[in-house]
Amino acid sequence: MNKYITAIFFIVFSSQVMTASETPSELAKYVAYTNISDQASLQRGAKYFVNYCLGCHSLEHASYERTGRDIGLTNDLVEKNLIFTQNKITDKIISSMDQQEAEQWLLAKPPDLTLVARARGADWVYSYLMTFYKDENRPTGVNNWRYPNTAMPHVLLPLQGMQAANFVNNTDEDGITRKEIQSLSLIQDGSLTRQEYAIAVQDITNFLSYTAEPMQLERKSIGFWVLLFFIIFGLLGYFLKREFWKDLH
Amino acid sequence: MSNKPQGLLSWIDARFPLIKVWEEHFAKYYAPKNFNFWYFFGSLALVVLVIQIFTGIFLTMHYKPDANLAFASIEYIMRDVEFGWLIRYMHSTGASAFFIVIYLHMFRALLYGSFKKPRELLWLFGMVIYVALMAEAFMGYLLPWGQMSYWGAQVIVNLFSTIPYVGEDLAIWIRGDFAVSDSTLTRFYAFHVAAVPLFLVFLVFLHIVSLHAVGSNNPDGIEIKENKNADGVPLDGIPFHPYYTVKDIVGLAVFLFFFSLVVFYMPELGGYFIEHSNFIPANPLVTPDHIAPLWYFTPFYSILRAIPDTGGGAFAMLLSLGILFFLPWIDQNPIKSIRYRSMLFKVNLFVFVLSFFVLGWLGMRAPVPVYSEMALRFSELYFLYFVILWFLSKPRPRLISYMYFIFLLGIITLYDFMRVNEDTQVLVSIGWLLPFLFLAFMFLLPMFTNINEDRIVPERIT
Amino acid sequence: MVEKKVDKNRRKFLTNSVTFVGGAGAAIAMWPFLASMKPSARARAAGGPVEVDISKMEPGQKIDLIWRKKPIWIIRRTPEMVKSLEDNRVKFRDTNSDNEAQQPDFAKNRHRSMNSEYLVLEGICTHLGCNPSYRPEIAPADLGKDWSGGFFCACHGSRFDLAGRVYRGVPAGANLKVPPHKYLSATRIVIGVMPDKEVA
Repeated sequence: MNKYITAIFFIVFSSQVMTASETPSELAKYVAYTNISDQASLQRGAKYFVNYCLGCHSLEHASYERTGRDIGLTNDLVEKNLIFTQNKITDKIISSMDQQEAEQWLLAKPPDLTLVARARGADWVYSYLMTFYKDENRPTGVNNWRYPNTAMPHVLLPLQGMQAANFVNNTDEDGITRKEIQSLSLIQDGSLTRQEYAIAVQDITNFLSYTAEPMQLERKSIGFWVLLFFIIFGLLGYFLKREFWKDLH
Repeated sequence: MSNKPQGLLSWIDARFPLIKVWEEHFAKYYAPKNFNFWYFFGSLALVVLVIQIFTGIFLTMHYKPDANLAFASIEYIMRDVEFGWLIRYMHSTGASAFFIVIYLHMFRALLYGSFKKPRELLWLFGMVIYVALMAEAFMGYLLPWGQMSYWGAQVIVNLFSTIPYVGEDLAIWIRGDFAVSDSTLTRFYAFHVAAVPLFLVFLVFLHIVSLHAVGSNNPDGIEIKENKNADGVPLDGIPFHPYYTVKDIVGLAVFLFFFSLVVFYMPELGGYFIEHSNFIPANPLVTPDHIAPLWYFTPFYSILRAIPDTGGGAFAMLLSLGILFFLPWIDQNPIKSIRYRSMLFKVNLFVFVLSFFVLGWLGMRAPVPVYSEMALRFSELYFLYFVILWFLSKPRPRLISYMYFIFLLGIITLYDFMRVNEDTQVLVSIGWLLPFLFLAFMFLLPMFTNINEDRIVPERIT
Repeated sequence: MVEKKVDKNRRKFLTNSVTFVGGAGAAIAMWPFLASMKPSARARAAGGPVEVDISKMEPGQKIDLIWRKKPIWIIRRTPEMVKSLEDNRVKFRDTNSDNEAQQPDFAKNRHRSMNSEYLVLEGICTHLGCNPSYRPEIAPADLGKDWSGGFFCACHGSRFDLAGRVYRGVPAGANLKVPPHKYLSATRIVIGVMPDKEVA
């Protein structure tokens, strides 16, 4: 009976992987398909990042050299295509925007993004970049469905185009009626089609999933051998145990 | 066999009780021959302690105990130190593994009465180790200086301020500052790296010495020392070496397999082993939406939150931990093992374990009314375990059974009346059914059935 | 215990295999820990090559810089200084730079450098590690009339000439070390890279 209790423990806890929080079902459809071994995607993601994000956001724990190496770029390519400042290849990827000034202009310090994919999850990052919509009440002219009242402007607007929110009136159990977003529609085209934009955002998300934990692939490949070792060692040990315990029968 | 090793061994042995220790504690330490699955966790706990100390030492080579540098130093270890990520993941997995192993190790004691005479001191040492381990884990968790590190520490240290009169000053003294800050970090570092590990090693030494002094218990709860042969060797005993050394190797291999599975494939374990918000640097101005302690603290956290009064909640939490110390004197039935105890005992233990799990699960959720009510009810069941354990340990007259039933149900119902209001009426009434049914089962059923009958304990191990 | 026929060989084999496999596993498990003590990426980056602009150097000037936490000197020798290297009055311990540990191959010559004008040295006395001082002047009072310029280490009196060659009869036992370096152009040297390697 006691073994069942231990088993239940593992089953219950392993099924509670997602923290329960209310996510409208439409919003939940924005899901990232992370694949760190897709180097082409990581390279595109890096390109988008340095072109659109590095202006404000740093990746302070990642270095150009290591990042380049991991995504399949030589130092030369990194210097030519990813470094637009005086930075050396061994430097960390730091935005050149002054933090104080950023706070003045944008009313918030743009956070460092090295670990955002681990802190909030790849799906969050993906859906954040997908769900900007027009909102004239905001200083930036846009709002975000995933992260309401974000201080960030829609930097990728030229690529995605402008979306608008389709509101619906929802009455909850207390009888209060609120206007809630049901879905978003594109009201103005960007330079990329919907599909192309989704892939671009997927690439950025992929890249940020990489920066959050650069050694993922290495740890999984080493892990295979370690597990194999313990299976072999365990079997040998088991035969040894059985051999000695024969004494007692 | 050449003479040299013998020579060396006898040279040492003439100056140090090497052979004596080896025989007393390994080659001629007679352990019961019927150790089962539940008996692996003592040696595994020792292994995890070694893993934590070893990985910990290598982490301190690179970690910076400074509020401005700590968070970045962890990422430095993960990325720039060769194999730093492996050492870090081993340490974080090891922390959770430690608690899994310890909870299973303690559960064995509940199953087989390993805390009963003559092993009460063994149990007490173990409980001190458990509390020290909780402190060690708590302080270690501040070191990464993430959001959860900071706010978890803030909340728990604030608990101390609930102590009447001295609370506020005590909390300031613990923190070394008016809020959790760099001062808190550095002193927690000193404790986590040096003081508590030394203390733990010392306590583990005492724990093992007190075990070997009286001999191990076993799944039948029979004292093997009561049946010895002509040479003074227990008939049901086998030398620890080679039989249990060889068996523990298998246990170790299986444990390390699962340990490695986590370290290499799912080090965060969905946010249970490494919490997601800890990847955001500590920000004293912004509290995360959802502060939850690590999973191994959540049952006690649930109990803390179950009582809406801060002082009351803190007291209940302390009591829930402290009452475990008294277990040897609460369960007065001389029968040690669950195998020979009554069905009622088994149900009681089952409900206790279930409550522990449910409280743990609830501790991770936001405190909405339904969950708060459940937390209170399962806290009640948690404490009732001990009361009922004590009550069941001797045959009691009918009248006393009725009286206890009324008395306990009365306290619970009284507290319900005190706390209920218009909105919570339905919830509280439904919730009341839980302790009511449990108490009825425990106190009334034995009067009409033989559900509280113990079985006869055999002389020799089965 | 029942006396059963114990297959000693099988027992020995299994014990030995488990010990061997376990021991090998434990040894391999030590590797990540030992490796973690190697210089980290940060230390290696900090120890990376250093570029220097020598276009503004005056003849006879010495500039200092740090590479891998060590003081590095670049001296722009005057033609007189280069000439004085041929002076035979002073006896040297290692006239021809035979000790290969002290300089790359391209510095195994009279002036111990790639070109006679510029000298690149690690400013660390080869005796016990003090910083020698630069004494380019001829025959100062404290160094005697045979001094035609060089480096003097005040700690224990070691002397080196203007190519870093160590005098005989002083505590130091080797010529001053020439670090790996390469000319990116006539006016830029990078310290820490050999001439045949690409600069990172």
